[in-house]
Amino acid sequence: MPSKTSSKKIIAIASGGGHWQQLMLMRPAFAGQQVLFLTTLAGLPEQFDATPARIIPDCNRDEKRQILRCANALLRLMIRERPDVVISTGALPGVMALALGRLFGARTIWVDSVANAEEMSMSGKLAKRVAHLWMSQWDHVAQEAGAEYAGAVL
Amino acid sequence: MIFATVGTQLPFPRLIDTLNGLAKDIDEKIVAQVGTTETDTSASSWRNLDLRPTLTPDEFGTLFQNARVIVAHAGIGTILSAKRWGKPLIILPRRHALGEHRNDHQLATAQQVQSLTGIHVAWEASDLAALLAQPDLACATQDQSPSHAALIGKLRDFILA
Repeated sequence: MPSKTSSKKIIAIASGGGHWQQLMLMRPAFAGQQVLFLTTLAGLPEQFDATPARIIPDCNRDEKRQILRCANALLRLMIRERPDVVISTGALPGVMALALGRLFGARTIWVDSVANAEEMSMSGKLAKRVAHLWMSQWDHVAQEAGAEYAGAVL
Repeated sequence: MIFATVGTQLPFPRLIDTLNGLAKDIDEKIVAQVGTTETDTSASSWRNLDLRPTLTPDEFGTLFQNARVIVAHAGIGTILSAKRWGKPLIILPRRHALGEHRNDHQLATAQQVQSLTGIHVAWEASDLAALLAQPDLACATQDQSPSHAALIGKLRDFILA
């Protein structure tokens, strides 16, 4: 394991369900780094032995108050943690985490859900503006959207 | 036990009809999650199956893990579940031309995963009988596919840069 000084501080965030399951399949990429996992569903991190972890309020585009609550929680976490990297597989809370993380100097990664085999997800399209590395898990979707492709968790 | 699942979003009568037809000749219980929309209209004709309109995540997990083999549409959630729980999975991709989905992305998914251990593709419904008759279908694994490893490598390089 690299020493503390050389390891990166990562915030890895995904909503409950398929997004989270895919984020868990990307964990080998975080080996040796300091990772804080964020999700929206209590109990989920324990099921996957993902520690340390925090639960944040879920939100979607139709609930303005929930968006504010979620943004507030994320903002406080970013101020406290100052991550080097923020990575998300979706959905809207992940986009917001990328945007806020970037404000505080983090490099940001969006990996669109492999379930989006036709086009980038709605949140993926939003994430384009705030992701340094913007990826689809489908080659043809990536080409059409101008995103990057390297592979998929399948 | 054979567990059939069509996911939560759309009905898939071609799969369920085929299984109902095969059930008479198979000495094995078939439990089928068929979705609520379908049970109203077609359930009466599926007398040979143990029908479950909807399942809680816990019930779904239990049936999935206890089944000898899972038969499903080519849904990402089902494929990831088979890998996670190490089960043999047969997938029949939904076809746009048959009105089974908005487009043919399930064919693309099936092509992408057909080389994976434990994922068995039935390109046509008529392929299902032979696949179900195989006594020791390989199980899916959590092993990283080359594509998965490439994604991890890309993420790792970016994180460490």
